[in-house]
Amino acid sequence: MTDVLAIADHRRGELRDVSFELVTAGRELANETGGDLHVAVISGDVEGFGDQLQLDGVDTVHTVENGEEFNHDVYAQVVTQLFEAVDPQFLVMPNSVNGLDYAPAVANRLGLAYVSDVVDVGIDGSTLTATREMYSGKVETTTAVEAEQVAVSIRGAEWPATDETGDATVEAFEADVDESAVRSTVTGFEEVGGGDVDISEADVLVSIGRGIEEEENLDLVRDLADALDATLSSSRPIVDAGWLPKNRQVGQSGKVVTPDVYIAIGISGAVQHVAGMKGSDTIVAINTDPNAPIYDIADYGIVDDLFDVVPALIEEFE
Amino acid sequence: MKVLVTVKEVAAVEDEFQIAGTSIDETYLEYDLNEWDDYAVEEAVQLQEAGIADEVVAVTIGPERAEETIRMALAKGADRAVRIWDDALEGSDLLDVGAKTAILEKVVEEEDPDLVLSGVQADDDGFGATGVSLADALGFEWAAVVNHLDQDSVESGTASVRRELEGGVEELTDIELPAVLTIQTGINEPRYASLRGIRQAQRKEIAPKTLGDLGLDAAAVENELTLTDMYEPETESDATYFEGGPEEAAAQLATLLRDKGVGAQ
Ligand SMILES: Cc1cc2nc3c(=O)[nH]c(=O)nc-3n(C[C@H](O)[C@H](O)[C@H](O)COP(=O)(O)OP(=O)(O)OC[C@H]3O[C@@H](n4cnc5c(N)ncnc54)[C@H](O)[C@@H]3O)c2cc1C
Repeated sequence: MTDVLAIADHRRGELRDVSFELVTAGRELANETGGDLHVAVISGDVEGFGDQLQLDGVDTVHTVENGEEFNHDVYAQVVTQLFEAVDPQFLVMPNSVNGLDYAPAVANRLGLAYVSDVVDVGIDGSTLTATREMYSGKVETTTAVEAEQVAVSIRGAEWPATDETGDATVEAFEADVDESAVRSTVTGFEEVGGGDVDISEADVLVSIGRGIEEEENLDLVRDLADALDATLSSSRPIVDAGWLPKNRQVGQSGKVVTPDVYIAIGISGAVQHVAGMKGSDTIVAINTDPNAPIYDIADYGIVDDLFDVVPALIEEFE
Repeated sequence: MKVLVTVKEVAAVEDEFQIAGTSIDETYLEYDLNEWDDYAVEEAVQLQEAGIADEVVAVTIGPERAEETIRMALAKGADRAVRIWDDALEGSDLLDVGAKTAILEKVVEEEDPDLVLSGVQADDDGFGATGVSLADALGFEWAAVVNHLDQDSVESGTASVRRELEGGVEELTDIELPAVLTIQTGINEPRYASLRGIRQAQRKEIAPKTLGDLGLDAAAVENELTLTDMYEPETESDATYFEGGPEEAAAQLATLLRDKGVGAQ
């Protein structure tokens, strides 16, 4: 019971980045426990995925054939069975949208302590210590998990991806899936958010968040975008409110953008937003809150009221 | 059909705050209805207005103070509310998913709803797990991160939902009822509570319950997670700050932007 079992994530024929990050996190834990790192991949082209997961630090890859795509009822059953077969100390799952859809069920089914969305893990004696954020990223916490076996879900992009090939053994795992317990059917996928502009092509983005308060105030940032010859984008609440179309949303569920300059105005810098813009060359933040997480990744900041700063900036360019 | 909505009063931290041990002092906290739960309440109320739900019940785990927040759900149209609190929960900085699941499971068993709606995550502790964990404990079907629900399908006993995946892709999924859906923001437009609604909410029932009332003892909610430290995150990058008031800061930023070729038509 010193092993670590990590569950890979994939979609539409491709392993997702977090799968390779899970390997790094899993290996770190296995180094501490002195156990093996097992990685499992369920559904899809498991043979191809299995090859890709023969990575440095992985001892065994378990491939489980079952349908093409993710189905949470299948995952919940298979991961439970794998857990029982491997009997690991730590079960590591991704805090991806699919992770959100099966990891808590697995933890419940197995009666495991569950700590989600961790950004760092360590072991103190035999106790797992997990680092997590609270209060919209304003504080970080350490949590001690007093249990013999623990399920954790890891936040994406917090561990480097393992990309070096290793010599893991690949084994097919025969899961016994009870079809009567599969009561959900994925009927398709749809891309959303096409439309007039592609913000991922823009060199300069003026991006607005909830700090703008009212729809009428959007004109102010439109004027700024015009003055700077920039494209207007936003955080999620602006799109949720229907003030801008979905194709303007930057973030995990919106678009990933990599402009030369990204100006984040009245945006706190929630992890799901940052996921979409952290690759920008130069990041400028305008926010009244000096502790807003956006300043952690900003290159330049103005801690002040956007309703004062933005008009002044427009004036500079007129 | 009956719809149960799990709601949580969450604390937001003010711009300036201080940490004392493993918590933030009350004076720096502002309480509000969890953003994701607001959308869940709206979806439930819309099901009621469409004549699909006969009753909408809001349930929360929280101290007496939380009643203020629960009244918001009642003011928006929920019929009644259940609030669970107990001395055994009092001292805990962090209630883990297992404890919440154990409590809510009992409430669902008592209320026997066809559909449970919860928010994708709570803005304060950010576990993002309670809805799915609860579904599994109940033997209900579930779907996480739902940004569309076909209301008509609910009546036929199979909920057709859209799950919002990463990168602008949505998954279309049919799930059997009874079920728990974790609701993503943007699924609807949450209403503001009307004055009339707020007045009516004063007369609606918020039934307080203890663990004992639910047939649970303190052991059922024993926390396996303990907060051992809380601190302000170290900034990874050293941002350059432009100071000196809005005009001066804007002028410095303008210089920087021009240097980078921004605005040069
Ligand atoms: C599964 C999932 C997927 C998600 N996907 C995305 C996504 O793709 N994109 C995304 O953006 N979010 C996404 N989110 C939501 C995300 O968690 C945050 O809720 C959101 O990013 C917050 O947007 P915001 O920063 O505009 O608002 P808030 O967090 O409310 O921040 C507003 C900021 O404005 C500042 N402010 C207020 N007034 C002023 C003023 N006058 N002048 C200057 N500053 C001011 C405040 O200090 C605050 O920092 C997702 C969440 C989940 C759970």
